[in-house]
Amino acid sequence: MFDINLFALSGQLLIGLINGSFYALLSLGLAIIFGLLRIINFAQGAMYMLGAFCALLFLKWFGMSYWVALFVVPFVVAVLGILIERFLIRPIANLDHLYSLLLTFGIALILQGSFTHLFGSSGLPYSTPAELKGGMKLPFMYLPNYRAWIIASSVVICGLTWYMIEKTKLGAYLRAGTENPQLLQAFGINVPLIITLTFAFGVGLAGFAGVLAAPVYSVAPDMGSNILIVVFAIVVIGGMGSIGGAIITGLLMGIIEGLTKYFYPEASATVIFLVMMLVLIVKPAGLFGKEG
Amino acid sequence: MSATHREKIRLNNVHAFYGESHILHGIDLTINQGELVTLLGRNGSGRSTTLKTIMNLVGKRSGQIAINGTDAMSLAPHKIAHLGVGFCPEERGIFASLNVEENLMLPPVVRSGGMSLEEIYDMFPNLYERRTSRGTSLSGGEQQMLAMARILRTGANILLLDEITEGLAPVIVQKLAYVLTQLKERGLTILLVEQNFRFAAPIADRHYVMEHGHIVEEITAAELTEKTDLLNSYLGV
Repeated sequence: MFDINLFALSGQLLIGLINGSFYALLSLGLAIIFGLLRIINFAQGAMYMLGAFCALLFLKWFGMSYWVALFVVPFVVAVLGILIERFLIRPIANLDHLYSLLLTFGIALILQGSFTHLFGSSGLPYSTPAELKGGMKLPFMYLPNYRAWIIASSVVICGLTWYMIEKTKLGAYLRAGTENPQLLQAFGINVPLIITLTFAFGVGLAGFAGVLAAPVYSVAPDMGSNILIVVFAIVVIGGMGSIGGAIITGLLMGIIEGLTKYFYPEASATVIFLVMMLVLIVKPAGLFGKEG
Repeated sequence: MSATHREKIRLNNVHAFYGESHILHGIDLTINQGELVTLLGRNGSGRSTTLKTIMNLVGKRSGQIAINGTDAMSLAPHKIAHLGVGFCPEERGIFASLNVEENLMLPPVVRSGGMSLEEIYDMFPNLYERRTSRGTSLSGGEQQMLAMARILRTGANILLLDEITEGLAPVIVQKLAYVLTQLKERGLTILLVEQNFRFAAPIADRHYVMEHGHIVEEITAAELTEKTDLLNSYLGV
């Protein structure tokens, strides 16, 4: 029973870490948006899907390379985020937050439906950039270069975002706005502008994750809705609005999922929800959330 | 125009609403440069709402408000501070997710001539010692010092202070009275909402008494002794 196949185990761990990298990027975006806007952005998965499709379509239309897309696509998704926040979310911001939540859910359905209509529901391929083809042979496993790149770039982007929020002046505005937006505005800070930019940055992260995902997962309209449910569970486990918590929990849950795939594959799809239940019973505010 | 420059805050027939509730019913008041004026009255008489109305933090308002000679009625809340106004809310508003120095550095400078970080740490040595602590780990008195220090750094020359002595030990209240006297000497204009009349009386130039969202009496420092009985009846002491 304890005859552990290191090759298979490290393979599953790697897959877990890759999934965790996407979980971390997506739940980080959700946590940032939730902090300031107090809404759960149901469209986060659709923005991730949009990121992947943009990479694919920009390649087809303009011959845009993967590396250019990695910079341009998050920006495009962020601009869409600015329009959504400014013209759809803000007019109903004074109503119960349930309305904005439903609104983002509607946006997600419209985007997913439109892409299914235009491109069909089966996935489209996006090839790995030539620079990252191939892989490294490690003692216990074969590590494809692109997979290593996913983990590294996700960790770097999450780390930079954490630093920006926790250690810079702009981040101090964001943290203060999360706590007491009215007072921050009384100090002379343009809070509505900060809210718009925060939303744009949060969905931009999802767009970045989408480009990163395009070469490993097939680019399909339902790729966002599939991952979103898991990401919600992760945000609940980590604690609503906790920036560091979202990142660490995202990676950790990816690893737990990977380990489960090795030891008891039947439970791999449910293990995260099991953890969520346990956390909700033991520490309802989440692992990194503040009891309030 | 020197007249408008002397006049730092003017409210004409100002009404304010929270949703359906009509809170302020036609407030008129004027505060001149270098004056320390208090708003006295019982809880719920509309004193805090008056400060929030000046900051455009209430639901709806009407009438005329001029700050530093500028019409402030049509300005968004984040534009008011840039007219040179520093606001210290009743609940102090220290941010828990920011440390002491981050709290101190948070409000942007709105005018030149504010206090430097060194001057502030000189005036409030406790804040220097605790500058890396979480804002809300400070004692109530230290938090109040921080809330004051925070707006002094911005160069604001009009201060709106809401119940700054509430719940503080006498020694801290004394320190605050000393700080206010110093600020007055620097030529700052101060509108103070205060419950503690014994704190406000010796340092204020004028008092407005509020009741049910109206200003019912204006008392200068010189008239204070002859109007003590009247004032006591309004404040219910």
